Amino acid sequence: MSAVEGIHPGLNLAHPHAEAQAETETALFGFWVFLMSDAVIFALLFATYGVMLHATVGGPTPSGVYEIGPALLETVILLTSSFTFGLASIAMKHGAPRRRLLGWLGVTLALGLAFLVLEVRDFLTMFAQGATPMRSGYLSSFFALVPLHGLHVAAGCLWLAVMMVQVVVFGIDERVRINVLRLGLFWHFLDIVWIGLFSVVYLQGLIR
Amino acid sequence: MNAPLWPAVFGRFGWMDLPFVRAWQDPSVSEIIGAGAGGLVVFGGLAVVVLVTWLGRWGYLWREWFTTLDHKKIGVMYVVIAFVMLSRALVEAVLMRMQQAAAINAPGFVAPDHFAQLFTTHGSIMIFFMAMPFLTGAINYVMPLQIGARDVAFPLLNAVSLWLTAGAAGLMMVSLVIGRFSTGGWTGYPPYTELAFSPDVGPDYWIWAVTLGSIGTTLSGLNFAVTIYKKRCPGMDLMRMPMFCWTSLCTAILMIFAMPPLTVATALLALDRYLGFHFFTNDLGGNMMNYANLIWLFGHPEVYILILPAFGVYSEVISTFSSKELYGYTSLVIATMAIAVLSFTVWVHHFFTMGQSANINAVFGIATMAIGLPTGVKIYDWIWTMFRGRVRFSVSMLYSLAFMMTFVLGGLTGIVLAFPPLDYLVHNTLFLVAHFHNMLIPGLLYGMLAGYNYWFPKAFGFRLDETWGRISFGCWVAGFYLAFMPLYVLGAGGMTRRSQAVFEPAFRPWLYIAGIGALVLLCALVTLFVQLWVSIRNRESTRVPVGDPWNAGGLEWSIPAPPPEYNFAVIPTVRDRDPFYVEKEAGNAYPRPKRYEPIAMPANSMTGPALGVLGAVTAFGLVWHMWWLAGLGLAASIATIIARSFVRDLYRIVPAAEVGRIDRRWRKEIDRAKPIGRAVEGTPANRGLAEVEAA
Repeated sequence: MSAVEGIHPGLNLAHPHAEAQAETETALFGFWVFLMSDAVIFALLFATYGVMLHATVGGPTPSGVYEIGPALLETVILLTSSFTFGLASIAMKHGAPRRRLLGWLGVTLALGLAFLVLEVRDFLTMFAQGATPMRSGYLSSFFALVPLHGLHVAAGCLWLAVMMVQVVVFGIDERVRINVLRLGLFWHFLDIVWIGLFSVVYLQGLIR
Repeated sequence: MNAPLWPAVFGRFGWMDLPFVRAWQDPSVSEIIGAGAGGLVVFGGLAVVVLVTWLGRWGYLWREWFTTLDHKKIGVMYVVIAFVMLSRALVEAVLMRMQQAAAINAPGFVAPDHFAQLFTTHGSIMIFFMAMPFLTGAINYVMPLQIGARDVAFPLLNAVSLWLTAGAAGLMMVSLVIGRFSTGGWTGYPPYTELAFSPDVGPDYWIWAVTLGSIGTTLSGLNFAVTIYKKRCPGMDLMRMPMFCWTSLCTAILMIFAMPPLTVATALLALDRYLGFHFFTNDLGGNMMNYANLIWLFGHPEVYILILPAFGVYSEVISTFSSKELYGYTSLVIATMAIAVLSFTVWVHHFFTMGQSANINAVFGIATMAIGLPTGVKIYDWIWTMFRGRVRFSVSMLYSLAFMMTFVLGGLTGIVLAFPPLDYLVHNTLFLVAHFHNMLIPGLLYGMLAGYNYWFPKAFGFRLDETWGRISFGCWVAGFYLAFMPLYVLGAGGMTRRSQAVFEPAFRPWLYIAGIGALVLLCALVTLFVQLWVSIRNRESTRVPVGDPWNAGGLEWSIPAPPPEYNFAVIPTVRDRDPFYVEKEAGNAYPRPKRYEPIAMPANSMTGPALGVLGAVTAFGLVWHMWWLAGLGLAASIATIIARSFVRDLYRIVPAAEVGRIDRRWRKEIDRAKPIGRAVEGTPANRGLAEVEAA
């Protein structure tokens, strides 16, 4: 049986037979559509944030509570994690030893967790300054938008952990391959959303 | 139990939250009605449990229905949910009509707060738990058959969608027995639904039922769109798809992009209510206009989510029962797509009076009227399809005709409302209520009932009773006109919607007529069930095992009725539009396969029911502030999803011999059946084998 390579969202793999190829195509197209639906949620929260930006009602303002240092560090960490996930995908594509796939997934997970720790620290700092979501419409919209991304990253971390266990238990079978590809789309999508958050929320907030 | 323990375990539940206790303390008619409704839910639930236990059918239900991933059975279960919820919401409508007729300068018999719950549940149920499950069920059943597929793209996800919807519908029923429902209308506008004005559990029931349902719908939309893009059989180009598949595709796209705004709206309202955020509150920078925009950014495409599948049904029914191919197929496809796109550009017309500038209103008013154009194209195409055709007035066709007349009328009043200065005069009156019932009853309910009569023989192998079908049809149409035409008059006369009492004696005759109309609609529902009962009783004389009772052209008619689990013994190849009709004319309707292959079908899974129950449990815990229950439900849901990802036996193989056996048995039926002409399709001679007539 010759290998079949087709085109679908995400990294294209060589598949052992045509059915696996068709199944992967459908699965990844479906996940892509899901991400687009999820993107609508983020888009609406961005819009809500934009509308409520001025509703500070005498409370903390964006430039008063954002800090460029941690936000930049989070950006670097998350972008690096996207790169390491890419290395994991390539390891899977070229049939590298299972160790290498696990290793890169592990590095990605560690970076994801580091991102989450830093983000929670940011939120706690804001809380300490009285910038809680209960304070104003502006802070409500901030705490709906940014932590929702964080929640996605947390879900992604859990998913990474599950996939690492599955790689150990099942090896790289058809389902593991499809789900690693899906997770890849998810992880890179979160990166793109974060770039939006960093530019629209943090940079714009600090420039004002 | 000591004081701090009770709220930790039972949240904010108290004995007065039971309608039975309330009715005991205050035996007014209104409370007794509430207790009666709650009692009916408990009694009905128990009766079903006892009946199934007595028949010993739990195992059968679990194996064949609850855990199935078969798109056909999932479709049927959606429609069952729709019928149950339709019954409840219609009874509520009758109660409201009776109350208004009785409350002219009088208190009537339903208390104001109870009345507000009635119109809120009526609207929420009719939209989210009658209309949505009905059309999702229809698409689920029919679309994969029409495109020559063995199942949808993601069968497990399909079951999850169903069970999330079922869990949400269950939550609506529980709200009758424990606590109370929202009084904020089906759109749940804040700030009224905020804690400051509605601190009770009502809005929380609404929030979580709608949220669960909308997640299910988003996933359904995703599933349908991917199925249509990826699962078509060889030769089934997009422009050869039956019209119903096109409208399903557009509906699916709308679901993917229009349900998220609803999820965002309900989630933000929940953040306000649970964590003290300020999105829509009156103070600290909250702004309810954001809510109005979010909910209608969903709400308007939703109208087309509801109406487009019915348009698809009508296209199929009118073509089949006019014995002609569909007129203007390409223009119908373009019109459907145009409607889908335009539906995202008109949402502000739901709140013309809420303070945006006249120019913005003008833009949205014009966009709204523009939607009338593609809709008009469709009406003309259907009329031309009938022109010079041999029209048979079957029940489905009657619904289609009633739809065309009634829907055009509703469209005209829609143009009135789309014109902002006129909207200012009649907004928030019964004129609006009359208008949207005038769109949705023909534009959704008639369509679904037409589809129900049309595809029922395919699903169950026997036809529905025509006589009772006609009686029911007559009641639905007469009832509609009697119940809603007076509302136009009342609305133009200034009667506001959602009024518990009326103080204008001149309204009396109109309210009486509308009340009679509501009773006729109740008869329509009853006769609908009588039709089903009579049809089941007489099923031996109406069997159509060969599978083509109406001499139609779609692939779904080329297989047995009811179809085997895998739909097609051999995946068909399509050469044209109306593929089955083309093959019938070529004398090649039932080609014998050279050999049979084993078929892999998705194996049963309990993930769907588990997630549905856990979702409902989580929601219930959130409603009552039983945090331990909500946390447990959520954790168990996540655990279920992870556990499922470890399952590797995903398929069940139907051996080639089994496929061959089923197929040969069906071919014996074909040989035995006598081809019948269209004129006698309503008689017992119809065994589902159509006679090919000269064109």
